[in-house]
Amino acid sequence: MLATRVFRLVGNRTLSTSICLRGGHGVAKVEDYTLPAYFDRRESPLPDIKFVQQLSPEQKSLKEKEKGSWAALSKEEKIALYRISFKESFAEMDKGSGEWKSVVAGIFFFIGFTGLVVLWQRKYVYGDVPHTFDAEYKQKEVQRMLDMRINPVEGFSAKWDYENSVWKK
Amino acid sequence: MFRAALRLSVSGARSLTRSRPQYTASVAARSYSHGKQETDEEFDARWVTYFNKPDIDAWELRKGMNTLIGYDLVPEPKILEAALRACRRLNDLASAIRILEAVKDKSGPHKEIYPYVLQELSPALSELGIPTPEELGIDKA
Repeated sequence: MLATRVFRLVGNRTLSTSICLRGGHGVAKVEDYTLPAYFDRRESPLPDIKFVQQLSPEQKSLKEKEKGSWAALSKEEKIALYRISFKESFAEMDKGSGEWKSVVAGIFFFIGFTGLVVLWQRKYVYGDVPHTFDAEYKQKEVQRMLDMRINPVEGFSAKWDYENSVWKK
Repeated sequence: MFRAALRLSVSGARSLTRSRPQYTASVAARSYSHGKQETDEEFDARWVTYFNKPDIDAWELRKGMNTLIGYDLVPEPKILEAALRACRRLNDLASAIRILEAVKDKSGPHKEIYPYVLQELSPALSELGIPTPEELGIDKA
């Protein structure tokens, strides 16, 4: 008796959970997530429930009219019936959003910000480079490499013209 | 014999990339290496019978359609006609329109399938008064 009253209260929705009384403690609350849900999916064209659950009086009368000949319905009525049952049409559910533009913009922004951080670090965080990077030191280094005949066949020294003491053209 | 062997060797779903306009519903996605393969006609007949049940209920319609759309094929117009008539018995115009949308979506890149299906269904559509999504303008986002 108590169970049937609860059934009437919960309404027309198909109940997937069973309501049971145990030891007179009452009925468990039916959670929303346990009930059939509506979703627009390409692979499942007819969802478990209609999109609009509470019908306005006009919608209710339209539903009554639907029981008659469909040819008697106007175009707007047919669209209204569609929208009662479904949220988005296939075209609407399939269309892309412009979200990718925001994503790419965000990527560029953060790369740019990282560049600024790197420049700041170079200026304020890193110490001086070692003296081995001085131009004069480098020159002596190159001379030493040429004297040692580093890679004389195809590499470094091969490109040096020893007769004229210039780089080969 | 060769044709039978070729038939049996094509397992599961057959894609509709053939250019000839024969959009038969292919075998359901069960590939046994033994046992009898269901022919296209048997598949179609089974589904037509399913939707032709006079006292089909809304759940069965939804379950049938969602299962059918899950297969790797575009359903034959005769199956779709039976489904549309089931919608009529259930007084559900919205689902009928949705079924047409699903067929177009199912055809994917094969743009010639949907007009063919509509052409085959046009007597039923005009008899039942079902508009196409294009007529309602909901085929555009």
